[in-house]
Amino acid sequence: MSNGTITGAGNPGRTIDTVRAGLDRRYRAERRFRIYGLSAIVLGLLFVSILFITIIGNGYPAFQQTYVKLDIDFDPESLGIGDQRSNAALSGANYQALVRNALKVRFPDVTGRSDRRALNSLISSGASYQLRDAVLDDPTIIGTRRSVWVPADDDVDQLVKGHMDRAAAEGDRRLKDNQLAWLDQLQADGAIEKRFNTTFFTAGDSREPELAGIRGALMGSVFTLIVTLALSFPIGVATAVYLEEFAPRNRWTDLIEVNINNLAAVPSIVFGLLGLAVFINFFGLPRSAPLVGGLVLTLMTLPTIIIASRAALKSVPPSIRDAALGVGASRVQAVTHHILPLAMPGMLTGAIIGMAQALGESAPLLMIGMVAFIVDVPGGFTDPSTVLPVQIYLWADSPERGFVERTSAAIMVLLGFLIVMNALAVLLRKRFERRW
Amino acid sequence: MINKSIPVALAAAALTSGWAQAQSSRDYISVVGSSTVYPFATVVAEQFGKTSGFKTPKIESTGSGGGLKLFCSGVGVEYPDITNSSRRIKASEVEGCAANGVTDIIEVKIGYDGIVLANSKASQSFDLSRRDIFNALAKDVPNAAGDGGFIPNPYRTWSEVNPDLPDVEIEVLGPPPTSGTRDAFVELAMEGGCKTFDSIAALKKSDSDAYKARCHSVREDGAFIEAGENDNLIVQKLEANPAALGIFGFSFLDQNADKVQGSEVDGVAPTFENIASGEYPVSRPLYFYVKKAHIDVIPGMKEYLAEFTSEKAWGDEGYLADKGMIPMPTEERQQFADNVASRKNLSMAAN
Repeated sequence: MSNGTITGAGNPGRTIDTVRAGLDRRYRAERRFRIYGLSAIVLGLLFVSILFITIIGNGYPAFQQTYVKLDIDFDPESLGIGDQRSNAALSGANYQALVRNALKVRFPDVTGRSDRRALNSLISSGASYQLRDAVLDDPTIIGTRRSVWVPADDDVDQLVKGHMDRAAAEGDRRLKDNQLAWLDQLQADGAIEKRFNTTFFTAGDSREPELAGIRGALMGSVFTLIVTLALSFPIGVATAVYLEEFAPRNRWTDLIEVNINNLAAVPSIVFGLLGLAVFINFFGLPRSAPLVGGLVLTLMTLPTIIIASRAALKSVPPSIRDAALGVGASRVQAVTHHILPLAMPGMLTGAIIGMAQALGESAPLLMIGMVAFIVDVPGGFTDPSTVLPVQIYLWADSPERGFVERTSAAIMVLLGFLIVMNALAVLLRKRFERRW
Repeated sequence: MINKSIPVALAAAALTSGWAQAQSSRDYISVVGSSTVYPFATVVAEQFGKTSGFKTPKIESTGSGGGLKLFCSGVGVEYPDITNSSRRIKASEVEGCAANGVTDIIEVKIGYDGIVLANSKASQSFDLSRRDIFNALAKDVPNAAGDGGFIPNPYRTWSEVNPDLPDVEIEVLGPPPTSGTRDAFVELAMEGGCKTFDSIAALKKSDSDAYKARCHSVREDGAFIEAGENDNLIVQKLEANPAALGIFGFSFLDQNADKVQGSEVDGVAPTFENIASGEYPVSRPLYFYVKKAHIDVIPGMKEYLAEFTSEKAWGDEGYLADKGMIPMPTEERQQFADNVASRKNLSMAAN
């Protein structure tokens, strides 16, 4: 506003005119400003929804898997075990032969060697492991004949899910014309079915998409996060309490504070290099272990937790501290009895957000050997393992078409965990945070 | 405060137990190395883990160079037992190995991998010569006079490179220089085309460094686009952009034959048979290297090697061929299987 309008009190008509003249422009400016803000939000939501729609659209078929019903004859002769029933003999038996025999009986007119190979390749190699587990569970089924639903090969799975174009030229399809004809026969018999894919949640990694699961990566993430939480939360809180409540204000504590803030901005790959040099090369800890992963992620999440904890401590009113000290509490009593409990929700929120960050991190783990093919589900802190984001990375780089949907499905699981963790942080804040 | 000391104690316990474990023995095989061999080695490892009763080997994807570095850092359970490589070990690496006490190494060639130039099915297929590839992608090409001088690559469209090729702009998506696929492509396809110029062939004799620089430099003016290590991504980009060509491993072409088509190189199409017979010019051998000192120490090593070198794995109809690896001829397979059985030491003079 120009000086003239304010000082022009001796001429009231002029002021109101100026205001009126400018009013429209000012309303317009406000509307424009609101539209900018609104469109920023809409744009953000649009991107998030595009992300979710593509990931869910790509990923939801992975939760189903195609199974084929076969009449398996558990014949000891084909198994090649004769009269032996020892566990060693049973686990080493030839279960592949049972699957092949069942297909031979089902399609007696398929005779040529390459035709037989084409026919056998419709069934996943996991079928024989499934039969082995069934026999080891209950050896009395040997000699009987039963219908078993076994997983189909990933190419069949892709066809049944409609990801393969039947009309394409034969050379451009993974499944050939004769294979399609056999599948149509099976389909007509009701021997092909899509079921919920439990393997995806119970198995470790595999190079066969139909046998691959996220259990191994999930357990690896759990062990890694346990180490991270167990180390970073107590260390972070202790640092924050000392700096906030006990440390003198001088040049040294200022320096420490600046460094902590800087650490929060260091790219995470740097922590991976540090972990490689210190934990693996110097201390000789094993590669690819959740223990080392957890240590590296501790370094990464510490600054986040320290900064959040200090903010939580700062938000406790000084009057509470003064009152405690005033009635004769020691500094430690004031902190542990009064200030910490009041600051705890804020600290926990910080810790959960730090953990969510650590859960989604993959770059530092590349350096310490967690980008690995690991089939066995890890059972402890020093077993070789991988984590969810790394599993996603490995699957995204696999040639088999079936891994495309599994990649998206694994992202959905990871996003699910992140949403749950962030929701927990919000809930904690809502429930327990006190305002003064 | 009491409930907070529990996690600290737990962490301390975990740390010490980890320490103890690292010092003691390891009951699984540790494999590192090439991301190109990774999809094949993992299949063998999985098969081995499910059928042998031993633990499934751990296979890290570190790249050929990184794998050899780890492999050569010493003998002992904390170092890997096997490294995969999409190129042969270098003499300098053998020396580095020896300096750290890794003197006895077994070399196993496992098969071949074809590198293909492919484009979307929606557009015309290409029939390239290696000379066309060099002309289209080199940073500098010999000048028209042919007097040994070079000019910055002037070609904008494929038809300028060779009038028989379609009139579309040159746009090739390929892996970055850190990738073994890129090394092999440059060495086999580009150098192969580069050598066909008389002036450059002469340069090879007089100044081999300058020759390499000329033949191995890829243009940086936007016609060659570094699309990252992820071959699936390149396939997706080709689908979205029918004018572009992409460079990736044969197994990705095999899996996506409904979306992309391989270009013929020197008149040979990149099919399984042509790569196996050696007719297709852009293919490279894949290897793994075994630390002899570990064979009797790590449980399952002998059995893993036997599985990898068995006909049902690397044979003509083995499960590795199903995954897109090109098997070696029968005699070569027999020779390497014998080398493994007799634990024959690597010798750089051979081959």
